[in-house]
Amino acid sequence: MKTKLIITTGAALLFAAGVLANAQRDAIVASLASQAGVSSFNADAGRAMFLGNFTGGKEATPSCTSCHTNNPQAQGRTRVGKVIEPMAVSRNPERFTDPEKVEKWFRRNCTSVLGRECTAEEKGNFLAFMISQ
Amino acid sequence: MKKLTTLVSAAALTVASLPALGASPWMVENNTTKSECSDCHMAYAPGFLPERSWLAIMNNLSDHFGEDASLGDAARQEISNYLVAVAPKELRGVSSIAVPLRITDLRWFRGEHGSRLRNRAENNPNIGTMSNCTGCHRGAERGFFDDD
Ligand code: HEC
Repeated sequence: MKTKLIITTGAALLFAAGVLANAQRDAIVASLASQAGVSSFNADAGRAMFLGNFTGGKEATPSCTSCHTNNPQAQGRTRVGKVIEPMAVSRNPERFTDPEKVEKWFRRNCTSVLGRECTAEEKGNFLAFMISQ
Repeated sequence: MKKLTTLVSAAALTVASLPALGASPWMVENNTTKSECSDCHMAYAPGFLPERSWLAIMNNLSDHFGEDASLGDAARQEISNYLVAVAPKELRGVSSIAVPLRITDLRWFRGEHGSRLRNRAENNPNIGTMSNCTGCHRGAERGFFDDD
């Protein structure tokens, strides 16, 4: 009886945490949509950016895949060798839930890879792709 | 009076942001430093480089060893202050006009990690590079390196 209650409470809490994470992520996507002036984002364009090779940025990082690998569901590694948890939301429900963290890494990583900041539309497309994964 | 209050609170803030007396140079004890620096690699302890090297690094975060590692001003300033407060002015074996940026290039480091070790680390995907201290030294973040 007690176990059942604990399990139910645990499941409810997990569920609540999931709902909250989704709400936080949705808010980030919504804010990007209003910045970009679009009503929805294009996951395929996000995939293309993720997999693309660029020459405008820094030599050591021609692609998002340089660190995140070409499989969003897999762990990546920094250039030093530290593990990066998967970017796919299905594998890592914490992803893209803290607006400051999301902005910080888009700023850094787009500059490293593309040699410029990403537009709100590019960011939204990237998130749409990772949410679909 | 307002001026005095401002002065006092500024002083209090300065004191609060100073590291505790006797802060260890061999592990990172400032939370912002620990969390920001450890996203891509272990947060290396301030004792590994002289103060001027840390400043050079902190003033060029947009090209951090070939990556953009830029931070907001507040975090950058807090980390700089911490490093300056704890790092040594001079490091044994480093000329006082040299500004080394890579711990892995320091003479003692190369002495301790010869080419055989280097190759082994770089060929092991779980270690990757010589900069990944914790790949071999499990206690590295607490300043223990004697487990090799
Ligand atoms: C040099 C290595 C590297 C490259 C290249 C890289 N990233 Fe990342 N990325 C990281 C690291 C490290 C983190 C932070 C660690 C973590 O969140 O697990 C991160 C985090 C992020 C985050 C924040 C995730 C979150 O949970 O909020 C986003 C967004 C992101 N990267 C997008 C990109 C995009 C887009 C590209 C290509 C334009 C890219 N990254 C290329 C290393 C890299």
